[in-house]
Parts: sequence; structure tokens; C-alpha cells
Amino acid sequence: MNIDLSIHTDLARKILTGFIKSEITRFGFARAVIGLSGGIDSALSCALAAEALGPENVLAIRMPYKTSSPDSLVDAEKTATRFGVRMETIEITPMVEPMIQRDPQISNLRKGNLMARSRMIVLYDQSQAFKGLVVGTSNKTEILLGYTTLWGDMASALNPIGDLYKTQVWQLSRVMGVPQSVIDKPPSADLWQGQTDESDLGFTYAEADKLLFLLVDRRYSVEDCVAAGFKKEFVDQVVERIRRSQYKRMMPPIAKLSNRTVGIDFLYLRDWGT
Amino acid sequence: MQINLALAQITTKLGNVQANLEKHLDYIKQAEAQKADLIVFPELSLTGYILQDLVSSVSHQPTDNDPVFKPLLEASQNLDIVVGFVDEDARHRFYIASAYLSAGRVLHVHHKVYLPTYALFDEARFFARGDSIRAFDTRFGRMGMLICEDFWHASPPYLLWLDGADILLFSSASPGRGLSRHDKLESAWWVENVNQSYANLFTSYVVHSNRVGYEDGLNFWGAATVHDPRGERLVLGPYFEEALTMATLDLNQIRRTRARLPLMRDERADLVHKELTRILSK
Repeated sequence: MNIDLSIHTDLARKILTGFIKSEITRFGFARAVIGLSGGIDSALSCALAAEALGPENVLAIRMPYKTSSPDSLVDAEKTATRFGVRMETIEITPMVEPMIQRDPQISNLRKGNLMARSRMIVLYDQSQAFKGLVVGTSNKTEILLGYTTLWGDMASALNPIGDLYKTQVWQLSRVMGVPQSVIDKPPSADLWQGQTDESDLGFTYAEADKLLFLLVDRRYSVEDCVAAGFKKEFVDQVVERIRRSQYKRMMPPIAKLSNRTVGIDFLYLRDWGT
Repeated sequence: MQINLALAQITTKLGNVQANLEKHLDYIKQAEAQKADLIVFPELSLTGYILQDLVSSVSHQPTDNDPVFKPLLEASQNLDIVVGFVDEDARHRFYIASAYLSAGRVLHVHHKVYLPTYALFDEARFFARGDSIRAFDTRFGRMGMLICEDFWHASPPYLLWLDGADILLFSSASPGRGLSRHDKLESAWWVENVNQSYANLFTSYVVHSNRVGYEDGLNFWGAATVHDPRGERLVLGPYFEEALTMATLDLNQIRRTRARLPLMRDERADLVHKELTRILSK
């Protein structure tokens, strides 16, 4: 079965830059803050924000931990230079280290979460100082798979790329002129040396994106996906990942007591009045 | 006879009727300066689209003592105006509505009949359904108004046609969706196709005014169109940008097309009625 995830990149670019501009300026802001990891997702968000707001209005922040790959820093710098945005570097090692030192048994998962949430703190602090909104860098694949840290890399004021699968992020990044080394390298959370997303997940983005596209966008059942050529175990695994991570895609439920409850029947868009 | 038509594809401030009214009056002035006879605004142009719990705080009655309609009715002394708003009836039911204003009077109000309540849409949760589809007379001939989902169903344009409308005025707040490798969003492709098809099938003018801008994550794609009775597209407004798009409707084209292609003459509404009666009695 031929599953075509390709997008019309000019159309995507028009909609996404318009979105960034609208959702920042309507609240009286003109600027954006973006955490630049050296990876492709943040590079694409940075490119879109620079085009939408003007590069002088975008602050890219590198936030390395002591084990972060030096290549990540180089790639982040190349990206900032390529799109002409301001760049700052704020090490998170002094923030994260005391927490890690408290527990010699600390797992990689906990370390990763500490790093992601420390970066969130830095971005939101710089957002106030720079008077810009935090632009998110999570793509649709990782959001659906829950391959994210709640209140960490998921935290942002607006997310231009959250409805693009990783495959589509690659396609749009090529057109937008993201540096080749960023496009070519294997995606990695860069929490420890040699880590890659695809080895963490146990499958490739190319496979996952096609399956997610059928399950989510095309509303295929598990049986339909198997009939389309996907292995039953793989489909079950992905469906279960989506279900288990639903909480990461929502605000926490509020226990209803009154006649009108925030999050349940107090219904206004964020853009209310703007 | 010709109509000099202005299509106002605007963005709105969500729930800020006063700010939206000011934009309407500004666009009406611009249209006047271009000698427009009629200006058509999009769906819910005075309020914004995803209103949710704002509905009851943005409703207005189309009367000359209403603070929002008073200046619009005054402006309609110079050109006819179609605006989108939230109508509240005497029993406090709220409708997605379009009003046709002319020479200081309200000629017609249409209440949206089909309220999409699926996928990203939640209209029937907040609004009452309209229950009539009527054509009405204007100084340019008989027209009919429909709002967005109304013309995703084939029957409302058909009924307006049978009721004598030769000019169909469609308004939308159509959220853009369905990005693929094609140069148009699926929603834009669909709407443009059906508008052209209705113009062909009914040998009538089909006018479409669609909003632009963003509400939270939703984009609205604009691209106002006019299709003539041959199905030819006369104008296409820009995608995603605010614009006032002008078009000239030559009403003699209706006669020329129908002289060649008498679909109107040959339409068998009695047969439709008979078969509908049978189908509904099952």
C-alpha cells in the first residue's frame, strides 16, 4: 500500500508562519523564544518563527548539559546563523546536577525528565526577560507516541509543528534551508552518548509515521492497518502507546463540584477577545 | 443590468463585536469608494467563529434600535450589505445568522439550518437550528443566502433555486484542513468544487465570502469567489489574507445561459415532491 505523507510545503509554510504571527501579535507580543537543541524539530520551528516575525525578534537558546554532544552545540549554532536569529547559551548542568547527586540510583528516564524540565524553566524565564512567547518544537509523531516530557519539552505558548509528522518535518525543513548536517543526523534526545530516538522507540519514524497516518488521520481500525500490511504486534504497540500517553496531551482533570467548572464547561478559546 | 459586488474577506476579533463593527464600517467605506452595489461579509463576521460560551454575550437583533445594526442600516442607504451575526429570538434561542440590509431596511435574515457537530465542529451544542430556506427579492432580483454547512448539503441551494433565487450568496468561516501534496487544502478544494457545481447545475450566480485569520490553532483560508451561470469563475480572492475583492455580475448572463441550457425550465419539482413524499412515507 502506498501511503503518501508528502505535503505542499509552500502551503504549510504560509499557514504556519501566519499562525505564529497571529498567535504572538494578538496578545501584544512581537517576539519568540525557542530552545535550540541542534535537532531538526527545533530548527524548523526556529526557521518558521524567523520568517514569521523577522529574525531579530527570535531568541534561540542552547541549553547543554555536561554530557550533551558537542555536535549538538555546533548544529544549533549553524541553525541560528543560517536563519539570522539571536543565540544565547545557558548551561543547565548547575540546575540539574544537585538533583542527580541526591540519588545515586537515578534512572536515565528521571535524568532526561530533569533536563527537559530545567530547559522549560530557562525558556520561560527568558521569555519574560526577552518579552517573547515560547514557541514549541514537538512534532505530531512524538506527541502521539508520548515520546515527550510532560511540562518539559511539551511546554510552550504555541506550537507550529505539532500537526506535522516527523517525515513531514524533514520535508519542510529541506525546503526551509535547515542546515544539511541537522537534516542528515539520526534524531536523538541527546540525553546520553549514542542515544537515538529510533533505538529508544524500537521502530523507525518512517514506519511509525505511515501507521499513525492511517490510524489517526485516516481513522483505520487495527484490522484495517494489518490488512494494509502492518504487523499486528507493531500496530498493537503503537495503539497502546497512544492510549497510555493521552494524559500528556491534556490539562489535568479538575474534579467537578459546581455548575461551572474550568476545563469542563467553562468554554472559551485562548484567543478570546483578540 | 449589472451588480458591482464587493467580497469582504476579513479576520475578526473573537467576541469583540464593537471592534468587528468598526472593521465592517471601514470595509463598507472602501467598497463605496469602488462604487459597489452590494458587499458580502463572511459567516459570523461581527463576532468571530469559535464562540462557545461567548454566544449569549455577542448576540444582536437586526433592528434599527440595536446599537450594532443601527450604523449598518444607515450604511445600507448607499449599498446593500450582507453581514454575519448571532441572532437571538424572543424565546432566547441563538442562531448563526446572515442579514441582508438594503436602503435602511432588513430585507431578509437566514438562520443556519445545518449546524456541523462533528470532528472540529461543535455548533449544535451552542446554537439553535434554523428551520426555513427562503429566497427573497432585492433591487437586483431574487436572491438566497446560505451559511457554510448549509451548502455542504445539496438540498438548500436546490430549494432556493426552486424558490426563484438567481443569485446565491454563500458565506463561510471555513477552517482550513486536509494538507496533502496538493496546492490546496482539502476544505478549500471541496468548497470551490461545489460552488462551481451549483453554478453549473442551477445556471445561477454563486457568490462565496469566506473569512481569514486564526482562532487558536484553526486557520481560515479566504479565497472569495464568484461563479457565473456557466460555472466560470469570475474572481478569486487571495488565500489567507484580508482583502476586498470586486466582481461585476452581468445579470444578462443568466438569460443567455438559460436560453442555451434550459435546466431551470425543465426541472420537475413535482416529480421531486412525489418521490420525496413516497420516500418519507416509508
